[in-house]
Amino acid sequence: MKFTEEHEWLKVEGKLVVVGITEHASSQLGDIVFIELPEEGTTVSKDDEIVVIESVKAASDILSPLDGEIVEINEMLVDEPSKVNDDPMGDAWFFKIKPDNSEQINEYMDEAAYTKLIG
Amino acid sequence: MSDKLMHTPLNKLHQNNNARMTAFAGYDMPLQYENGIMSEHLHTRSQAGLFDVSHMGQIVLRGNDFNQVAEALENLIPMEVKTLKVDRQRYGFFTNSTGGILDDFMFSNRGDHIYMVVNASRKEDDIKHLREHLEPLGVSVKNLENRALIALQGPASEKVLSEHYPKISNMHFMDVSTIPIAGAECWISRSGYTGEDGFEISIPNKAAESVTKTLLKHKSVELVGLGARDSLRLEAGLCLYGQDIDTTTSPVAAGLKWAMHKSRLSEGQKEGSFPGANKILSEIKNGSEYKLAGFVPLGKAPIRTDTQLFDNGTSSVPIGRITSGLFSPTQKHPIAVGYIKSEFSHLGSRVNAQVRGKLLEIEVTSLPFVKKNFKKN
Repeated sequence: MKFTEEHEWLKVEGKLVVVGITEHASSQLGDIVFIELPEEGTTVSKDDEIVVIESVKAASDILSPLDGEIVEINEMLVDEPSKVNDDPMGDAWFFKIKPDNSEQINEYMDEAAYTKLIG
Repeated sequence: MSDKLMHTPLNKLHQNNNARMTAFAGYDMPLQYENGIMSEHLHTRSQAGLFDVSHMGQIVLRGNDFNQVAEALENLIPMEVKTLKVDRQRYGFFTNSTGGILDDFMFSNRGDHIYMVVNASRKEDDIKHLREHLEPLGVSVKNLENRALIALQGPASEKVLSEHYPKISNMHFMDVSTIPIAGAECWISRSGYTGEDGFEISIPNKAAESVTKTLLKHKSVELVGLGARDSLRLEAGLCLYGQDIDTTTSPVAAGLKWAMHKSRLSEGQKEGSFPGANKILSEIKNGSEYKLAGFVPLGKAPIRTDTQLFDNGTSSVPIGRITSGLFSPTQKHPIAVGYIKSEFSHLGSRVNAQVRGKLLEIEVTSLPFVKKNFKKN
């Protein structure tokens, strides 16, 4: 698993990369009440704002960590956004992306480095 | 950064309760505790929430007698002050010469003086304003820096306080009193900012932590931060100064006409009886261009502060603006208030809110979003 400074996790699943947010991010955001996901088939570039995630009080964006194509989104989160608070590292993944370059993921932190970042 | 912020006497208590702190009006304040905004909000609606609101300004106005102070204060506000009975509180606001609002506050008759609670972000300006206009009339203005302020809000509040002062049930909504809690002289009012029954309690700084800890021992009481304070007040349809009302918004447009007294607004009332009287009287007679309305989106996306509103046609000129918007923990859907041109402000009217480049349909709804649950008089 890899981690971004934006508190996303990335997990390689065959030719795809599954993306979600970390436990730390979900706890910092507080009670999540709304999630807007990109459409399947969307071509995205790294740092595009592709997910909107809202708590009771505020909205934040999730950036695409990679260049590629969104091939699957987790529809369940649209009806049950609070799942991101319950299981951010598991069932509550956001989307699966088919990266243009399978090496791009290597620029991100491993778990030890991420754990150090959030101290 | 945070060492430049002011601390309330309860700062250590917040830290010890693992509060997530935020800067608010120059103070280091709890945004939420471990349970989070949603849980703190629902706890206040079902039991009792305890809020530190010591950042707010507490002011005492003193003259020869109450009448003199009341007459002086009436020069600055469109409310009657002289008719306020002893140990009763009223909502009020300072108007400016263009009919806007300088601040809103609570004021009470404490026999020989007036006690006010004003917004944290406005207290310095309020004190300057009061001193400029009241001191020449022989009224002194004292900023009470030696007292903390907490709010105990929710249906269990009376029961909690009755364990310290059994006669608390005799207090009506907007009554004020001085009572002992845990040995400290507390000034309490039966009022608040959540739409629930509850109390605001002024405590000497030195006793603030011990009184708060004593109240927290009750199983119904939990600490609640500013996050839930905002969602609670918005559900109750209560304005937040600096967001829903400010120096450019008139009390007529803001739906605050109920707070102004007829005797202060009559046709014969001379301009100068309070600042901006001509403008406000004219808006009452002719209507205001904009009105504050409640909105519920038809979709699921929350509509936030500063979202522009448009009509259903092709016009690119906004017809209004959201001033406060969040997810309602009680109703489980987004709610918002904002100013909209009066012709679009009727109940059921549907307009578009521009969110992240998209137009989302929202509907005008009645305020408050959640029924008020005050102590019946």
